Amino acid sequence: MNNNKVPLSSLFISFFSVGAITFGGGYAMLPFLESEICDKKKWINSNELFDFYAIGQCTPGVIAINVATYIGYNKRGVLGAIFASIGVIAPSIIIITIISSLFINFQNNEYVISAISGIKVVVCAIMSHTIYKLIKKSIVDKTTFVLFLLALLLIFVFSINIIILILSSIVIGIIVKKVKRNLNYDK
Amino acid sequence: MISDIFLLYFEFFKIGLFTIGGGLAAIPFINELSITYPTWITSEDISNMIAISQSTPGPLGVNMATFTGFKVAGVIGGIVASIALASPAFIIIMIVSKYLKHFNDKWYVKDAMYGIKSVVLALIIFAVSKIFIYTLFNIDFSIKYLELSLYLLFLILYKFIKIHPLYFIFAGALTGILFKLPT
Repeated sequence: MNNNKVPLSSLFISFFSVGAITFGGGYAMLPFLESEICDKKKWINSNELFDFYAIGQCTPGVIAINVATYIGYNKRGVLGAIFASIGVIAPSIIIITIISSLFINFQNNEYVISAISGIKVVVCAIMSHTIYKLIKKSIVDKTTFVLFLLALLLIFVFSINIIILILSSIVIGIIVKKVKRNLNYDK
Repeated sequence: MISDIFLLYFEFFKIGLFTIGGGLAAIPFINELSITYPTWITSEDISNMIAISQSTPGPLGVNMATFTGFKVAGVIGGIVASIALASPAFIIIMIVSKYLKHFNDKWYVKDAMYGIKSVVLALIIFAVSKIFIYTLFNIDFSIKYLELSLYLLFLILYKFIKIHPLYFIFAGALTGILFKLPT
């Protein structure tokens, strides 16, 4: 990583442009980030970016913001982190605010209603596809399958608090892995 | 109004802190907001929110935060909710920045992820099941046949045609207008 002083404005502009052209966030953002911050600006190389994506999967928050904060902080400290992450969220704030205010005026227009209903159907299809991919990635053995079913039961039937559920899944994951290691089930 | 803004910041900070692995994981929390604060956002709003957030640029989570914040407290609300969502990541990444290179290889991170992934998956399924029901079924649980057939058609097309999802969003909007789909 070269540490020539990167102007704050260029951190802001680069991340603003990535935020403004990516649809869907997360993985959809990767190619755009790569072309902007690896190929064009050479702030980090592609390998570092891919590593970062893997990390983004296990740290809290929106991946785009994680990447922006990380690069901004490494280039220009706290101010850099602020400029880069504000840059990546600014387009969303502007666009969604405009659309929401229009939507309040247009939500009774029959064409808008039909278009939104059509989009919802497509969004269901896209989400089904994403969930299918998540199932393949997340349910890797009998233990994770049982955890998954147990979680479904606790949510659907007992409406358990989400935060308690996530925190206990961390504890359970660590305990189960430890027990398995001690019994020599894996590694 | 002021107290709403503080509450918005607090709630979206919490969402930012517990959203692990992408925007979809924020949906269960926003669902919960609709129960805790019925005046903020309704289930109907949430399905509109997801449709709009998917069809506009930017990270899904940030779009949903802006949408909810805007509904609650106008432009300021949208800004506050998005910054709140970003805050935990911002703080955490700066703190762990030095150790990040090997963060992924730590055994406790891997073990924790092992447990979290399947539970977050269950949470996502719970959250989106409501959207599926609203979109594909009527209030009396009878099937919306037209919507269901279009859903199956798009599901197959999406699986086999590798083009940008945005084209599908456009196609969905046009199909909706063409078939005069109701709410």
